[in-house]
Amino acid sequence: MANLKELAKQKELFTGGHRGCAGCGAVMIARQVLMAAGPDTVVVSATGCLEVVSSIYPYTAWNVPFLHSAFENAGATISGVEALYKSWARQGRINKKINFIAFGGDGGTYDIGLQSLSGAVERGHNILYVCYNNEAYMNTGVQRSGATPKSADTTTAPVGKVKKGKEQYRKDLTAIMIAHGIPYAAQSIVGNWRDLTSKVEKALSIEGPKFINVFQPCRLGWGYEPELTCEMGRLAADTCTWPLYEVLNGQYKITYKPKEKKPVAEWIKLQGRFRHLMKPENKGLLDEIQALTDKNWEDLLKKEAASAPLKAA
Amino acid sequence: MAKSNVIARTGNEAMAEAMRQIDPDVVAAYPITPATEIVQIFAGYVADGVVKTEFIPVESEHSAMSACIGASAAGGRAMTGTSSQGLALMAEMLYIAAGLRLPIVLADVNRALSSPINIHCDHSDTMMLKDSGWIQIFSENAQEGYDNMIQAVRIAEGVRLPVMVTTDGFIISHGMERIEILSDEDVKKFIGEYKPEHYLLKTEDPITIGALDLPDYYFEHRRQAAEAMKDSKSVIVDVGKDFAARTGRTYELFEKYKLDDAEFAIVAMGSTAGTTKVVVDSLRAKGMKAGLLKPRVFRPFPKEEIAEALKNLKAIAVMDRSDSMNGHEGPLCLEVKAALYDRSLSKPIVDYIYGLGGREIRMQDIEDVYKEISGILKTKGVGEVKYLGVRE
Amino acid sequence: MVRSEKEKKPGWKELPEGDLIIGGGTAKEFKTGGWRSKRPILIPEKCINCMTCWIYCPDSAVIVKDGKVVGFDYEYCKGCGICEHECPVKGKAIKMVSEKEAKASEKK
Repeated sequence: MANLKELAKQKELFTGGHRGCAGCGAVMIARQVLMAAGPDTVVVSATGCLEVVSSIYPYTAWNVPFLHSAFENAGATISGVEALYKSWARQGRINKKINFIAFGGDGGTYDIGLQSLSGAVERGHNILYVCYNNEAYMNTGVQRSGATPKSADTTTAPVGKVKKGKEQYRKDLTAIMIAHGIPYAAQSIVGNWRDLTSKVEKALSIEGPKFINVFQPCRLGWGYEPELTCEMGRLAADTCTWPLYEVLNGQYKITYKPKEKKPVAEWIKLQGRFRHLMKPENKGLLDEIQALTDKNWEDLLKKEAASAPLKAA
Repeated sequence: MAKSNVIARTGNEAMAEAMRQIDPDVVAAYPITPATEIVQIFAGYVADGVVKTEFIPVESEHSAMSACIGASAAGGRAMTGTSSQGLALMAEMLYIAAGLRLPIVLADVNRALSSPINIHCDHSDTMMLKDSGWIQIFSENAQEGYDNMIQAVRIAEGVRLPVMVTTDGFIISHGMERIEILSDEDVKKFIGEYKPEHYLLKTEDPITIGALDLPDYYFEHRRQAAEAMKDSKSVIVDVGKDFAARTGRTYELFEKYKLDDAEFAIVAMGSTAGTTKVVVDSLRAKGMKAGLLKPRVFRPFPKEEIAEALKNLKAIAVMDRSDSMNGHEGPLCLEVKAALYDRSLSKPIVDYIYGLGGREIRMQDIEDVYKEISGILKTKGVGEVKYLGVRE
Repeated sequence: MVRSEKEKKPGWKELPEGDLIIGGGTAKEFKTGGWRSKRPILIPEKCINCMTCWIYCPDSAVIVKDGKVVGFDYEYCKGCGICEHECPVKGKAIKMVSEKEAKASEKK
């Protein structure tokens, strides 16, 4: 990975002038992913915050070829683009290397987009799918998704007199992707540019379907001051709420182990969507989150210790 | 004139043969009866290495059209085939393909829409997408299916609108016919190369496709698409003329069969038109001035031309192989009535909804239709829509 | 085809056919600087040119020349404050100030 000074000399592949909120993490992800990928990249995005803020006609923040077709089909759409490349390469009509990157929010990836993502990776297309995961349908106003954690306040699973936010646990989509047997899957965060860009670089050097699930704090949906976006990402890693790891050919590697694992409450207390959990009557729910976080972290450590590659690396 | 080879093929086999000769860059498809065979046969061509196509066995029809959109926007020729529920599932993406002005070609093997689930022929699936912005071309038989697929490529690329070519499910798709095919070379010459100016794989000239239009731009983009649909009529005619010059087989916006001096005519699309021609001949022999108007192009609807062709008739029967569920008549009848109305041509028109879910339409049924409409002038006006062949 | 907001927008015959934007980064014609209520001010003598503010700015509004941070692009800066927050220098090399006051002092 080039250092920042060298990167700053390169052409901007994702520009300013987009309509992302002040402090938006999604556009940060797009910008950093493209820095790692370079200009010979075709991007497909599902409908969602990133797509909407970056491409309101006639303004586009994308300085690479960009296609948006619909909400649930980033996986299928990028499959078509990549297939054309394969066809042309076979015909001798094209020979430069092009990266094929799909972006989808957690809504467009965990829920409505799961089928087309699953199909795309099962077919083995040479694509990188980046999920910018802000744990809710943010573009439509903070509705719960399959990625929303238990007890979070969203507009379709709100905290009220009787209910205390979402009652179901979030899906582990990274595990689902790993179960597809793809050559590379990883988790990253907003707030650690080295982690994200190095994982993108690694992914793009591998042939086949790759998946990176990037935890993206959202100041509007989560309820915190905009300057904290990067810090929230790092806190998620430091509390092990969102472990940073990668699975390369079936071999687990935790890429960040916090020197001092912080209690989940330190991350929770900064967010409006968890405000109710700071009340004494909801301590049980807060404890549940800590217990779940600890269990998932322990499980991941065990997986790392036990894993062997699917095939010789 | 190009040399023609005579072979025996079912409708699906003929479509697959056309696709083989077109040799698109990408085919993305999902199985559904009765269209499955088209891509199955095509997959065989891929496995034998006789096409350059990258074949994507997608996990749903929605993904099939999504992948075609990706491939077409990326700069290549993309094709697919489906029916009924598959077409319904990809409906969202069909509208998107047309809105993005991508020249995708789709083989639509006509099958009834659920519910009830039914795998046999009617036109409800094509009619579901009549407002999608796709050009819709109906084929009477396997020969037309083959010829229409080849012309569709040039039509689509000429106006930058996607094209669907229909054949009747099972009746044509699985019926063996004698067809004349062009040589591979002649098909290649006819369709030429697809070289779009803007495409995704040209990374040195980035473009954005599929941006969000606020109210200040959406209407202009849709107006463009409407104009393209209008313009496509002349492109379809020109491509048909060129095709006729090379093969001797005529393709226009519709076909007139003994219509010019007819008094009573049926308007019907697809395989039923073929059966009707036989009935017309038999009725003419008995002295009735019967005729047939067979629309080939349903979208864009050749309103002025069809009104002109029907202007001298005493009574008309429209055969609709789908119901529009407006409580009155089917979609083809609505178009015909609107066409005549704008010419101030008031004629008795009876709509016959028939053949739903593969219900057989026999020569006797068609003959009864002619008898009925020829008797209409003696009765008082036009009755309600008729459901032909249903058990009461 | 991009025009400033004040000019008349193109009709359907002038636009490229279909939902197509020809060219990249046309968003730069859309100025988002009017959104902010705070703006960052650079304190150059404290800046160590680590470029952390540059990599994290969501709006690509940190101006870098010859490996040095020289200021902010106020045409796009939305005043989120991430640059100040992420600045690793003790005492910070970036300070967020009120946009109102900054504009007022500009006029003077």
